[in-house]
Amino acid sequence: MNDILLRHREIKDIGQLAVYRQHEGFEGFKRAVTGMQPDELTEMVKASGLRGRGGAGFSTGMKWSFIDKNAWPHYVVVNADESEPGTFKDREIMESNPFQFLEGVALCAYAVGAHTAYIYLRGEFWQLAAHLDASIAEMEKEGLLGDNLFGSDYSLRIYTHLGAGAYICGEETALLESLEGKLGQPRLRPPFPPSFGLYGKPTIVNNVETLANVPLIVQKGVDWFRGFGTEKSPGTKVFSLSGNVVKPGNYELPLGTTFRELIYTHGGGITDGRKIKAIMPAGASSSLIVADDKALDTPMDYESVPSVGAMLGSASIIVVDETVSMDWLINKTMHFFQHESCGKCTPCREGTYWMRHLTERIHHNQATWDDVILLQDVASNVKGKCLCALGDFSTEAVISSITRFRGDFEAKVGAPLSAPAEAELKEQVSN
Amino acid sequence: MNPLRERYGQEIDDILAKYPQEQKRSAVMPLLYVAQREYGYVTREHLGQIGEILAIAPTEVASIVGFYTLYHDTPGGKYRLQICNDLPCALRGADKFLEGVCDHLGVKPGETSEDGVVTVEAVMCLAACDKAPMFQVQSAEGISYHENQTVQSTIALVDGWRKKEETK
Ligand SMILES: Cc1cc2nc3c(=O)[nH]c(=O)nc-3n(C[C@H](O)[C@H](O)[C@H](O)COP(=O)(O)O)c2cc1C
Ligand code: SF4
Ligand code: FES
Repeated sequence: MNDILLRHREIKDIGQLAVYRQHEGFEGFKRAVTGMQPDELTEMVKASGLRGRGGAGFSTGMKWSFIDKNAWPHYVVVNADESEPGTFKDREIMESNPFQFLEGVALCAYAVGAHTAYIYLRGEFWQLAAHLDASIAEMEKEGLLGDNLFGSDYSLRIYTHLGAGAYICGEETALLESLEGKLGQPRLRPPFPPSFGLYGKPTIVNNVETLANVPLIVQKGVDWFRGFGTEKSPGTKVFSLSGNVVKPGNYELPLGTTFRELIYTHGGGITDGRKIKAIMPAGASSSLIVADDKALDTPMDYESVPSVGAMLGSASIIVVDETVSMDWLINKTMHFFQHESCGKCTPCREGTYWMRHLTERIHHNQATWDDVILLQDVASNVKGKCLCALGDFSTEAVISSITRFRGDFEAKVGAPLSAPAEAELKEQVSN
Repeated sequence: MNPLRERYGQEIDDILAKYPQEQKRSAVMPLLYVAQREYGYVTREHLGQIGEILAIAPTEVASIVGFYTLYHDTPGGKYRLQICNDLPCALRGADKFLEGVCDHLGVKPGETSEDGVVTVEAVMCLAACDKAPMFQVQSAEGISYHENQTVQSTIALVDGWRKKEETK
């Protein structure tokens, strides 16, 4: 294991400012502010190949370079909403290695010319926000935040802001709306935040884990960073492992580590020696992968996971064992998505309602194949027709489980699928 | 004078200072947390007072309360026991745990115990899936996490609250 982001597991008191500074903490920030042009820093992050850890895997340096230099002021907003079911990595980073994270925020702000950064935390992270506020105050006291940093004319302030329980606020434009004091509903895009973000000003939104990588890239260099992971997905990743495994938890491993290594070597295998059935690599928003040998030997990186029919996303690996039936599972995910749909667009608002209703029926043995086919039909009609990705996310588990775990539904409905019905299902999926 | 402003002047000033002067509206969520601390829910009077501080309509403040699950517009138990039974926790027995806690307290999810001390709620993922069964407690004191729980440990916690309320 490599402790780069979870360095507190190696250096026990790294969460204390003095200890963090003993380990060259804030040296990179000082070096940048006193000796580097902002664009140089952006180029460095671009060259490192760092990709966003919030889900989409977009090049971080590239995003920074998009900041509109014709409009001011600029803002940095950190996405610490961490609400995808199965994801609990940002919380550990902020709790136990807060200064590395905060230095990453500061470096990002310097690179894009922002003098104010907001950390948007889900409301449940109430204690964590207080902890970060205390860390920020310490930094101010030591001259690491404030005016004229290190004798330069650069100034920076960081503030926390608590959400109040809404998964949709993890979507970056909904997050910005929420931070502006409005309902957390996504904006139409384009324009994208680097040109039109917080208060309509150029804004960079990055995930907590993404930014926690930056101090060590500056400190140890691009080549060092590229020594981990793969050519296209460099670096390490904190995989949140949950579900039916012996040792759930966060595991920091190079991108490109196989599912098998994570689940069996680090996670101790399946609970009670049972057999693995399915994997959801991107939390509840994920398709269900059939956990056969091919899938288990697939490297977990942004390019490889799609080859087994899912996305890496936030890398929240939910393990499902043989005792779980998919009708129950999608009833759970639909419960979540119906609850979290923000209601702004019709396909998602209505679609999640109907899918929830149908999965309820199926799970409670009140359904026939017609209901399953209708469910699949609703899902296909939601997919690709929504304002933001939540709509699509809500369909992934539904569609993949019906196509890949049909036996579970046959058992539930009490009849095999007829040939014409099969043709109908196929047609929906290919549409 | 605005009662919220009067009672929490310094705290409210500190909150407002976080945002650009012409973007005061950003403070609506933190101000709602301040208001909710008073009685465990946001009252109609609060809506008007917050609206006045931020120069927005009380109905707009109300729509924020309605949108976000951590704000409440009706009184509940002194302590809201919010048990996560979302997929990852449910794979580790959270549904059974929720049922066990409810049975012990004689309530259904969403209901408040007769003595008004505790409201049990089933909630979505709280970013603690590796430590299921788990719940958070929302009360006037804020929000705290309780992880790797059993029905027994949870009931012991509730008993502690009851004692505390009795002696008040
Ligand atoms: C419904 C939805 C929920 C999301 N939730 C989160 C989240 O909790 N945390 C996060 O960092 N990104 C989340 N994202 C992704 C963000 O929109 C955005 O891509 C990300 O914050 C960008 O940061 P990055 O480039 O560092 O990954 C979510 C996206 C969607 C559509
Ligand atoms: S897809 Fe759903 S969550 Fe996204 S904007 Fe539309 S209704 Fe809201
Ligand atoms: S599913 Fe319960 S904390 Fe994540």
